Amino acid sequence: MTSVHVTNLTKDYGLRSGLRRQTLRAVDRVSFDLVPRRTVALVGESGSGKSTIAKLLTRLEKPTSGRIDVQLDDRTPVMGSVYQRHVQMVFQDPFASLNPFHTIEHHVARPLRIHHRTHDAASTHARVVEMLERVNLDPAEQIAARRPHELSGGQRQRVAIARALAPGAQVLIADEPVSMLDVSIRLGVLNLLGRLQREDNLAVLYITHDLATARHFSDEILVLYRGRVVERGPADAVILDPHHDYTKMLALAAPDPDRVGGVGRGGDTAVARDAIDNSVCYDHGLGAWVGIDEAAEAAAATTAAAGTGARGRRERVRG
Amino acid sequence: MTTLTEPTPPAAHAAPERRPVLTVRDLTVVYDVEQPVTAVKDASLELGRGEILGLAGESGCGKTTLAYAVNRLHQPPARIAGGSVVFHDRDGTDVDLLALDDEPLRRFRWSQLSMVFQGAMNSLNPVRTVGAQLDDTLRAHARMSRAQRRERSADVLTRVGVDPGRLRSYPHELSGGMRQRVMIAMAMLLEPQIMIMDEPTTALDVVVQREILREIVRLRDELDFAVVFITHDLPLLLEISDRIAVMLAGEIVELDTADRLHRSPAHPYTRRLLGSFPSLSGERGAFIRDGSEAVGDEEARP
Amino acid sequence: MTNTGPDVRVAVDGPGGPIEAPAPGPAAAADLPARPGGTGTRPRAAWRLLLPSMTPWLAAGLVLVAGVVLLGVVGPWVVGDPDAISDTGLAGPSGEHWLGTTQTGQDVLAQLAHATRGSLQIGLLVGVLATVLSAFFGIYGAYLGGVADEAFSLLSNVFLVIPGLPLVIVISGFVPRESRGLWTIAVVLALTSWAASARVLRAQTLSVRNRDYVAASRLSGEKPWRVIAVEILPNLLPVLASQFVYAVIAAILGEAGLSFLGLGASNASTLGTMLFYAQNGFALPLGAWWWFVPPGLVIALFGMGLSLINFSIDEIINPRLKNARTARRRARAAQRAAGRTEVAR
Repeated sequence: MTSVHVTNLTKDYGLRSGLRRQTLRAVDRVSFDLVPRRTVALVGESGSGKSTIAKLLTRLEKPTSGRIDVQLDDRTPVMGSVYQRHVQMVFQDPFASLNPFHTIEHHVARPLRIHHRTHDAASTHARVVEMLERVNLDPAEQIAARRPHELSGGQRQRVAIARALAPGAQVLIADEPVSMLDVSIRLGVLNLLGRLQREDNLAVLYITHDLATARHFSDEILVLYRGRVVERGPADAVILDPHHDYTKMLALAAPDPDRVGGVGRGGDTAVARDAIDNSVCYDHGLGAWVGIDEAAEAAAATTAAAGTGARGRRERVRG
Repeated sequence: MTTLTEPTPPAAHAAPERRPVLTVRDLTVVYDVEQPVTAVKDASLELGRGEILGLAGESGCGKTTLAYAVNRLHQPPARIAGGSVVFHDRDGTDVDLLALDDEPLRRFRWSQLSMVFQGAMNSLNPVRTVGAQLDDTLRAHARMSRAQRRERSADVLTRVGVDPGRLRSYPHELSGGMRQRVMIAMAMLLEPQIMIMDEPTTALDVVVQREILREIVRLRDELDFAVVFITHDLPLLLEISDRIAVMLAGEIVELDTADRLHRSPAHPYTRRLLGSFPSLSGERGAFIRDGSEAVGDEEARP
Repeated sequence: MTNTGPDVRVAVDGPGGPIEAPAPGPAAAADLPARPGGTGTRPRAAWRLLLPSMTPWLAAGLVLVAGVVLLGVVGPWVVGDPDAISDTGLAGPSGEHWLGTTQTGQDVLAQLAHATRGSLQIGLLVGVLATVLSAFFGIYGAYLGGVADEAFSLLSNVFLVIPGLPLVIVISGFVPRESRGLWTIAVVLALTSWAASARVLRAQTLSVRNRDYVAASRLSGEKPWRVIAVEILPNLLPVLASQFVYAVIAAILGEAGLSFLGLGASNASTLGTMLFYAQNGFALPLGAWWWFVPPGLVIALFGMGLSLINFSIDEIINPRLKNARTARRRARAAQRAAGRTEVAR
């Protein structure tokens, strides 16, 4: 089993407008832990930095500062080319994440071969079929031979999940895995992820803008606003008892079937955007407001304390 | 595939109290491809004056095709194979939309029935100001002096909650939500009696979406136009619509008031759609037991 | 944006905005007949996506190109010696000499067949060389990004603004005639013609590189060369094919121009050298049309054939062109059908 400790993760993007160079801080000192069998949800609007965090965790981009420590149960650090065997991702758009040119078999077989899970064609094929069956793609033999355009959106996303799990991944980053799917199949895919998590003891990071599914499918929720965590805590506490203005605004704006005819009555969400303060965070675990600077210091201190022990060899990710 | 025992006449229940503004009867739209596909099959609905009618369904169910066909904006290979679309004007005259010639149809389109598309905010011309683009629409359809046109443009922008000073802005200077508001303003310019909105808020963040929905409901109350609101987001429709039509595989399988549809959905597909949206504030995990992960539910879609 | 695979989300963009069409994909997939084994039939389906659909234009192009290629490949074995001199100089077409003779009594048809072969050789050679160069600088640079991309892009920009024909003339004039062989000319032509393709390929690669499936394959640990060759390249094949065809046309025309100026390959006979000798032999003033019209016509027809093929390849690169064509055809069919029912009434 693998877990991930993220400490004060920060990412700056350089923006060039003419001769001037500006930096935009997409992610600012975000810390959280991903542990087996638990799901952490990152909730926020577009531009809140949640997809950047996914890219940093999967190493598609390098963080400007901060640490991502991945380690096994016995605290052996995971680094180098083995990293991808442990941390995998499911992309948002199933229409874009599968190569139209290749068969389904290719998509699932490649990670198996790259990470030496199988060693010959016959065992690879058998394993591919087994993986497809695990994600409820039936008949797996025939689906393996098809191409992405012959499958529906939900089926494609199941293939993407199979591909992510093929190397034996223990940490799964799901970046809006159902937002591009038809509504009636979304829960099916989420429930599938839930079952695989239980069976494989996965640590899952669920990135979404949908508060309702975040609440039902995760244990802990982090609400992101402009790159910073503004509220964090157990899923029910964050959604049912929001403290931060921004979380309240999101909760009121989300359509809720139990609030019929409420478009005008759903309370006043008109908190001015500029009035939202993202330098403080409400931590339901502590039951208190924490400033971003204090939170960053505390996270650094915790990691440093842990690092003096057997975790001293943990990998340092540099920008 | 599930079929309804018999087509539900919309008038049977929940008839709009007021005189309808649009009547669609048995509209059938066929895509003439190698194996013709019936995208809309015998769709019938009546749109009351000042009513918000929700049209719910998933991708490929024909809801967009239906909306386009009503306005005859459909393009080949789509073809209207049968049925009628009648517009009941404020002054009492009836217009058969399917029989209109090109020129009267062009005049009818924006002035009586306007549309807001899903990606509409990206269809603004990037190199011209918002004001100039509003002005174009007015010039094409109405005889007004320059000053009148400017006043009217400023007026509609104010109505949708955008500062009239933005008339001089270029689209890229506005946020996505703001641009979508401009598109709604453009659709309202000529005070149409019907507005068809196809997923007008899907590409927007929830908070912005909420603000725009509020604006639409408020404008409807003020100006008394009818709205056909198309989306896959059933909870959203439940909140804003008077009545909701649920489409499945080209057919309207259920049409009822939002309230009744929510409390006692008749069609199994409606129940399934409703069950697909976990409640934000309801009991935790209650829906997970219903939401099957079996692949069967997906394949059952026609 | 290009998409080689037919996407399930069928959207027809028109002035009225996107029109949602029922997606044939999933439905069609659901009732696909069971495929035995599931491995044997795979590659064909992928290649089929890359093949243009047959149209009258494509058919005409293929026939023209096939005709010229046949002339160049089979012709030389059928016709006699192109250099054999007879005593019937500058005679018009006859039973003995189908395309007449030159000033020195050589058979024009025999010369034409050999010259066509020479031109095709040079076209093919340049096409391959230019495509390889443009693929390397365009695709590899764009995939690497950063400094390599900037450098490769600068290089192709420099080559792009060099005026091609004058440079070719200078280089060809610089190389002494005796060492100016087929290869020299081919290399010179390739060096001056790869840059434009490289830019097109770079743009395409940049767009493909940012797609999720490329990120996904990097994420699964694929090596860079495999990502390029297996994930990116297949999606660029239509563009590559189109650029190749274009390079062949340009090379044949360019070589003809050089040879006509007397700067061509010394050891090869091409359509250009044929025109050069016709010009020197005063074919035009003497009214010997059979001497200069055939080579000119072969060049023109071959160029036309390749262009027609290229239009069809363009349809794969940009499916919108195809959609427009299909829509036009259906509209015509609908009109005809409507006309018939009117008559029937």
